[in-house]
Amino acid sequence: MIAKLLGQTIFFFKEAPRNLPSIFKQLSDIGIGTLPIAALMAFFVGMVLALQTGTQLALYGTQEVIGAIVGLSMVKELGPVMTALLVAGRVGSSMAAEIGAMKVYEEIDALKTLEIDPVRYLAMPRMLACLLAVPALVIFSIIIGVLGGGLISSVTPAINVPLSVYFENLVRAIGYEEIFKGLLKAVVFGGIVAHVGCYVGFKTSGGARGIGQATTRAVVLAFILIMVADYFLTRLTL
Amino acid sequence: MATEKENGRKKENSVMDKVLHGFPGSFFDPEDQGAECSADYSEPHGVDIRIVGLNKSFGENHVLKDINLEIKAGETFSIIGPSGTGKSVLLKHIVKLEAPDSGRIYIDEHDIFAEMKRGTSRDYRYSMVFQTSALFNSLSVGENVGLWLREKRVCPEVRIRRIIRDKLRLVGLQGKEDLMTSELSGGMKKRVAIARSLAMNPDLILYDEPTAELDPVTSDELARVIMDLKKEVSLTSIIVSHDLNFAFHLSDRLAMIHDGRIIETGTPEQIRASDNPHIKKFLYTTTKGISGV
Repeated sequence: MIAKLLGQTIFFFKEAPRNLPSIFKQLSDIGIGTLPIAALMAFFVGMVLALQTGTQLALYGTQEVIGAIVGLSMVKELGPVMTALLVAGRVGSSMAAEIGAMKVYEEIDALKTLEIDPVRYLAMPRMLACLLAVPALVIFSIIIGVLGGGLISSVTPAINVPLSVYFENLVRAIGYEEIFKGLLKAVVFGGIVAHVGCYVGFKTSGGARGIGQATTRAVVLAFILIMVADYFLTRLTL
Repeated sequence: MATEKENGRKKENSVMDKVLHGFPGSFFDPEDQGAECSADYSEPHGVDIRIVGLNKSFGENHVLKDINLEIKAGETFSIIGPSGTGKSVLLKHIVKLEAPDSGRIYIDEHDIFAEMKRGTSRDYRYSMVFQTSALFNSLSVGENVGLWLREKRVCPEVRIRRIIRDKLRLVGLQGKEDLMTSELSGGMKKRVAIARSLAMNPDLILYDEPTAELDPVTSDELARVIMDLKKEVSLTSIIVSHDLNFAFHLSDRLAMIHDGRIIETGTPEQIRASDNPHIKKFLYTTTKGISGV
C-alpha cells in the first residue's frame, strides 16, 4: 500500500502544471512557514557545535580547523537531518492531520465522486513541494549554522579563531561533492516526510481520536525513517 | 443583497483570484459571451439503475443481503429504514466507493463494476451529497461548487463563474461565492453540497441522509430545494433517509431496508398501507410516538 501510493504520487508528477496553485501554496506553507524556526535552530546548533568542538580542539592547539569541522558537520549531517526532523514535526504532522480529517469527514470520498484522484489532488503537490522546499531549507540552515559557528569561534576567548581563518578552512574542506551529498539527503528526507504524512493521512479512521493518533504516528514514523535513511545514505556516499 | 453581490464581484476580480483561476474574459470582450462548454458537459438525462443480488460483508457483519432493486430514469427514489441497516453502504456501492462481494449494479444496462475492472470510461455523470456535506474547508463556496468544472476543464473560466452563480441561485445561495465553508450553517452547507453536485450536470444524484443534524425548519427548506430541482432538472435522484416525512414528500417510489434486506418497494401510498410488521413499526415510531408506550 505504501509503495503503491509512492508509485501513484510519482506517476502524477506529470500533472504538476495543472496543480501549480496548490504546489505554490504547499511550498509557502512548508518553506516560508518553516524558515524562521529553521534559522533559529540552525544558528544555535552551529554555535553549540563550535563551542563544544572548539574548546576541545583548543586543548591540543588545533582549533584552526574548527571552520572545516562545523562546515562539514552542517553540510553532510546536521543541516539535512535537523531540518528534516523539524519539517517532519511541523509539516508532516499537519499533512497527516489535514488529509486524515478529510478522510474521516468523507471529503476524500467526495473527491472520488467528483472524479478527482485524491493522490493527484492531495499527495502529489505535497510531495513535490517537500522535494523542493526541504533542500532549500537545508541550504539556508547550513548558511545560518555556519555563521553561528563562525561567530562563536571568533568571540569565544577559549577558541579565538578569526573569521578569516574559520572561513578559509571551511571553504577548503567543503567541495561540490559534500554539498551534493547533503542535498541528496535533503531530497530523500523531504520525500519521506511528505510520503509518510500523506500515507498516514489516507489510512486515518475513527474520528477525532483517529486524527490525533495519525498525527503522532506520522511524526514518529517519519523520524524513524529519516534516521534509517540517513544511515544508509551515509554508507552509500562515504 | 445588492451589496453582497457587488462585494462578491469585487473579490472575484481580485488579483489573487485571477492568478488562481485565470482571467475571466478578454480585453475586448470582458463578458466573453461566446464561451461555451465542451460536449462532455451535456444536459442531464437521468439513468436507469438495476441492482441484482448484491451482497456485502465487513468481516463477520453481513451488511447487504441479496439486494434486488430497480430505479427508473428520472425517478426520485428513497431508501428508508432504521440506522445501521446498510442504506449508506448501498448508496456507496452505486457510486463505486465500495465494491460488492457478489452481485451486480447496472446503470443504463452497463455493469458498472465490470466496466471499472476493464477501466472503460462511463458515459453518465453521477454525484453524491454526503451526510457530512463533505465540503472542502480550504476552499470558498464558489471554489467548492466550481471544483469539478475547473479540474475537468470542460468549460472556459468565464463560463465556470456563470455556472457557479447559476447553481448557487438554484439552491437559494446567490451571491455567497466568496464565503468560506466555516462561515456557513448546517443547512447552507448541505445546499452548497447540492450546488457542487449540480455543477457536474449529473444524470444521477445521490443524497445520503440529507436532513441529518438539521432542524425541522431547515429540513423543510432543503426539501423545497430538492423539489424545485426535480421540476427544473431532469435527473435520477436517490435519497437515503430515516426522515419519513422528507422521503414521503419527495419520492416517486420508496424501498424499505431492514437488517440488510429490501423488505418492501412501492409508492409512498403503498408503503403507508403496507402490512409488513417492520414497516408498520418503523412508520409508527417515526411518525406517531414510541412503540409500546
